[in-house]
Amino acid sequence: MFSRDNWKEIFETIQKNKLRTFLSGFTVALGILIFVVLFGMGNGLINTFDDFFGDDATNVLYVFPGRTTIPYKGYKSNRTIEFDNSDLVDIEKNLAMFVEYTTPRITRSGLVKYKNESNNYTTRAVGPAHQYAEKTIMMKGRYLNNEDIKNRTKYVVIGRLVEQDLFGSNNSIGEYIDVAGIAFKVIGVFQDEGGDNEERLIYMPYTTRQLIEKNTDKIDQFIVGFKPEIGYVGAMALDKSLNRFIKEKKHISPEDQNGFFIRNVADQLKQNQQFARVLQIIVAFVAFGTIIAGIIGISNIMVFVVKERTKELGIRKALGATPRSVISSILLESVFITTISGFIGMILGIAILNFMGDKLKDYFITNPFIDMTMAISATVLLILFGAIAGYIPAKRAAEIKPIVALRDE
Amino acid sequence: MIEIKDLHKSYKMGSNSLHVLKGINFSVEDGELVAIMGSSGSGKSTLLNILGMLDELDEGSYTLDGVPIKNMNETKAAQYRNKFLGFVFQSFNLINYKTAAENVALPLYYQKVGRKERQEKALKYLEQVGLREWAGHLPSELSGGQKQRVAIARAMAAEPKVLLADEPTGALDSKTSYEVMDLIQKINDAGNTILIVTHEPDIAKMCKRIVHLKDGIIIEDEKITQVRAAQYVQ
Repeated sequence: MFSRDNWKEIFETIQKNKLRTFLSGFTVALGILIFVVLFGMGNGLINTFDDFFGDDATNVLYVFPGRTTIPYKGYKSNRTIEFDNSDLVDIEKNLAMFVEYTTPRITRSGLVKYKNESNNYTTRAVGPAHQYAEKTIMMKGRYLNNEDIKNRTKYVVIGRLVEQDLFGSNNSIGEYIDVAGIAFKVIGVFQDEGGDNEERLIYMPYTTRQLIEKNTDKIDQFIVGFKPEIGYVGAMALDKSLNRFIKEKKHISPEDQNGFFIRNVADQLKQNQQFARVLQIIVAFVAFGTIIAGIIGISNIMVFVVKERTKELGIRKALGATPRSVISSILLESVFITTISGFIGMILGIAILNFMGDKLKDYFITNPFIDMTMAISATVLLILFGAIAGYIPAKRAAEIKPIVALRDE
Repeated sequence: MIEIKDLHKSYKMGSNSLHVLKGINFSVEDGELVAIMGSSGSGKSTLLNILGMLDELDEGSYTLDGVPIKNMNETKAAQYRNKFLGFVFQSFNLINYKTAAENVALPLYYQKVGRKERQEKALKYLEQVGLREWAGHLPSELSGGQKQRVAIARAMAAEPKVLLADEPTGALDSKTSYEVMDLIQKINDAGNTILIVTHEPDIAKMCKRIVHLKDGIIIEDEKITQVRAAQYVQ
């Protein structure tokens, strides 16, 4: 079946039937090409999606203060709720089995100056754990640490774009900048995948901010990071416990929905994941459709090829070709063509995806790619179905009596 | 060489069945040149197809070179065809994308003869039919007579025991017909057994024996004095 002679015979047939070869090769190559490109672009869509939602930690709860709307335990309604340092200590103590870290976040904005450069920036006064909540990546220097909190140091960590604006290409580490009239030493520069705005932030110890603001212990809002292993169910349970705990401590009616707010990223995360899954299903569906179309295409061509060759096969049979040799020559020919053109289509598709790269970022397609295993198995699938699609008419052709085949005009 | 006893064959045409061969008894010796004649519908082509194992018989027996031919599967039939029989068809049936030499070499390919030997043999047989210089041409570049001579060379290449020709001159003018018959006679002179189906009396007279078929039975079987085709060929 695989002797050199058989292959020579097959190569001759392929060479001398260029249209047929081209048609079946083109169908397969195009099918695989479209599959690879579509699937890759689908993946690019998912990448964009991940970029949008993936820059912050997902195992965190954001807590914001509000105003009460229901009178409770002798307190009037419309009371402003405020959080202070002791709340965080209590939460860490009482919900220790869920909570990994807590950090305040006091947001202010002000004019920041360095030498002749100045600009308005948002400052966030935070604890060291804030780095995990925001997934802040340090480029140089260090982030705030517990010593800074304890000693109320006048240190800041600035965003990449802040450094670029104020310092140009000069090194900022160790330099002093003027933040709303007070000199702070730059100890670190960070980057963040959340975009430009996130890289125009300045972080300082929350204790320093509190000292500046008349030595208060108030905090605007805070972030509770929970242990990732508690999962979605655990996160929802923590959400509930935290709600109950704060309401009890701050004397807020259990029915009051406005005393404070908890933004649960886990809930959002789940929705996002569902959305991503739907995207993936759509992509898979389209890709599957393309493969089916390719299979139908190659099947049609195989039927046509065998039909076209009926008389030739009849002649071959009259000259002593066994049904086996008829089937195997048709199959080997089709498998050979589909394999070569399938892999050409696959490589072309991958090349197109690589070439696209981030050029289509404006259309929400980031870094399209296809899994090599996926591409190869799709190609193999098409080759396999091409062979099966060829086998059925080939078998039928081999069974036709030579006299019938010879009469075919 | 060929031994046929009480051969019956019918074709199903919907609910009817058409009884084509109604008990043929017939034998051919080694080295004979037999013409099978008959009007259209007499069953001569059917008989040839059965002889050529292109079609199956319903009843009776067929022995070819001492081998009983019956209940053959396609693979076996193909092997026997390849080993025992050479075919020449009215419409030549050359493979149009193969050159003359490749067409002649094809039966040898199915005999698993090596490539080099195939080419040598193909050229040798093309030489015999006078077309050696046409070896590299495609059938579309050949005249009808040349095509038929290539087909004869192809049939001879497998060195069969019997050569079966179905209206070999049917698509040719009389001059070319005589050339082809001259070739067939020469092949027969070399000792090959040949059966020709024809409805042209002058072609039949160039054989050594004429079998007349009518309505599925043999009505006449006579040995004749052969007319040599060479006298008509300049």
